Amino acid sequence: MFDVENVTYQTGRKTLLQQVSFRARPGELLAVVGANGAGKSTLLRLLSGDLTPTHGTVHFDGQPLAECPAPALAKRRAVLTQQHTLSLAFPVAELVMMGRYPHFQGQPSAHDHWIVDAALSTVGLSALAARSYPTLSGGEQQRAQLARVLAQVWEAQQGFLLLDEPLTGLDLHHQHHTLDIARDLVLRGFGVIAVLHDLNLAAQYADRILLLAQGQPVAYGAPAQVLTCENIHRGFQIDVQLLPHPHLSCPLIVPCPRRAV
Amino acid sequence: MTTLTQAPPAPTLSAPPKPGVFRLAASKRQRLLVPVLVVLLLGAVLVGAGVGAVAIPVPALLGIMLHKAGLTFGLAFEPQQEAVLWAIRLPRVCLGVLVGAGLGLAGASMQGLFRNPLADAGLIGISSGASLAAVATIVLEVKLLAVFAGLAAIREALGFYLLPVVAFAGACATTFLVYRISREGGRTVVASMLLVGIAINALAGAFTGLLTYVATDEQLRSITFWGLGSLGGASWPTVLRLLPFLVLPLLWLPTLGKPLNLLALGEDQAAHLGLPVARLKHQLIGLSTLAVGASVAVVGAIGFLGLIVPHLIRLVAGPDNRRVLVGSALGGAVVLVLADTLARTLVAPAELPIGILTALLGAPTFLWILLRQRRQAAR
Repeated sequence: MFDVENVTYQTGRKTLLQQVSFRARPGELLAVVGANGAGKSTLLRLLSGDLTPTHGTVHFDGQPLAECPAPALAKRRAVLTQQHTLSLAFPVAELVMMGRYPHFQGQPSAHDHWIVDAALSTVGLSALAARSYPTLSGGEQQRAQLARVLAQVWEAQQGFLLLDEPLTGLDLHHQHHTLDIARDLVLRGFGVIAVLHDLNLAAQYADRILLLAQGQPVAYGAPAQVLTCENIHRGFQIDVQLLPHPHLSCPLIVPCPRRAV
Repeated sequence: MTTLTQAPPAPTLSAPPKPGVFRLAASKRQRLLVPVLVVLLLGAVLVGAGVGAVAIPVPALLGIMLHKAGLTFGLAFEPQQEAVLWAIRLPRVCLGVLVGAGLGLAGASMQGLFRNPLADAGLIGISSGASLAAVATIVLEVKLLAVFAGLAAIREALGFYLLPVVAFAGACATTFLVYRISREGGRTVVASMLLVGIAINALAGAFTGLLTYVATDEQLRSITFWGLGSLGGASWPTVLRLLPFLVLPLLWLPTLGKPLNLLALGEDQAAHLGLPVARLKHQLIGLSTLAVGASVAVVGAIGFLGLIVPHLIRLVAGPDNRRVLVGSALGGAVVLVLADTLARTLVAPAELPIGILTALLGAPTFLWILLRQRRQAAR
């Protein structure tokens, strides 16, 4: 469980995040939404330990995040960042195997190979396992990195997945497929924290939503509570209408920009 | 929680395992890499020990070695062959193996650390610092001794080993300087280390140039000789003095393959996988400085080897650093022993500086690798 209390992050004179508090539980998908520069990625980097809060605290399972031993943490929580560069031309299967590196010394076991295989099949890349990573398309690279992250916490109990814009560059099918995978993990007791841009996807898949604007929390709670016309206007400076979703019990958000024809 | 009234596409997470698990098998080339390199190294050692003004064929070579071990097998050899092998060739071959392995390993480590295929140990100032210190010693020794009488005692104590000691100190000092300047908020930023390295290298080069400009003709000869490198000074004491500096890097660096692979993902991503990134950086920089600094101090600056050998190994065995590190150590040893054999036989009885040979052989090889990669990318 991630406990974030009054976290503020400053760099130089700029305050990127101010007084953010929330609790991310296992068995729950938390979507972080907000405009560009609202502090979503900064928040995720604070949760993954890349950055240390200027004020406030981040606890993981009751322990200050900075004091969690790195090897144990690596077996419980995995992070998918926005950067997908790889400086060496590894085959896709070896990239995914890197997710298992924290779990073995020396050579991977048959079990590790099985997990790599299962992770690749989960993201639909089994056929490309032997391909060199740089030859993949952008979306395929993203899915390969997702498979690596899945392999890392494949068997974790109450594991956590931090996903920074996991849908960018994916086609419609794979956007939904990625969130389906996230939901499956949530059903298995995982906690998932994902930075999302599509409010409708957030409404359909998230258990809770945190809306940030200019580094400050605007709203935090269940999708129907957070995604109101007023909140969305405060977060994105755009007018929207909320329609009932034809199939799901969540709102369907339709933007109504002023200049639309 | 939202409820789905329509079933989502069947999730695959809980899919039963397929009967045949895909496994990326090591290719034949990858499996044969180390055995082939070991055989090549043995071959290079036999050539390096056997070829020269006094030829020592393999049977004689074996005979001498067995004789030294206290055995006689009736393998005939001349006393002159024994003297040449024991006092000249063997220490020189050993020096070549040690230095070559160290340079290859350090090159592979730096390319992994900087996530840049053009990196080598020279980039962080090891070679230029050693050169500057050595050249300064050659040119300014007499003047400094005249001004600071206290230095005479140190000069006396170091004797013949003044130059190696000073060069090693210079290598460590420059690397430390590059390392310190590149620290931002308690973190070593590898990208700025690369840039700071270029600046410090240029600065050291300028001072070296200035000293070369004021040097006398005799000093110029020593400077040239030192700057281009040579294994000519090899003797058992040299080998034994270098050995302790290289034991740690040669045994430790090859075990860092897995962490180096993770570094290819990026530093943050590697840290998310539990890698102690800061500690790894210190290990890589420290061990490489130890290996290259000590090598440069004894044999001078030998260029291109650390850059090219890892590329050749990757060409054969792929990018996995677990293979690349071991392969670069063995490959570096093979290349340096063979290059040294060429250096002392091509223009016998004179000797070519080995740095000229490694650059002559290395630059075209490097171009060939680049063109080959471009052709493969275009395919």
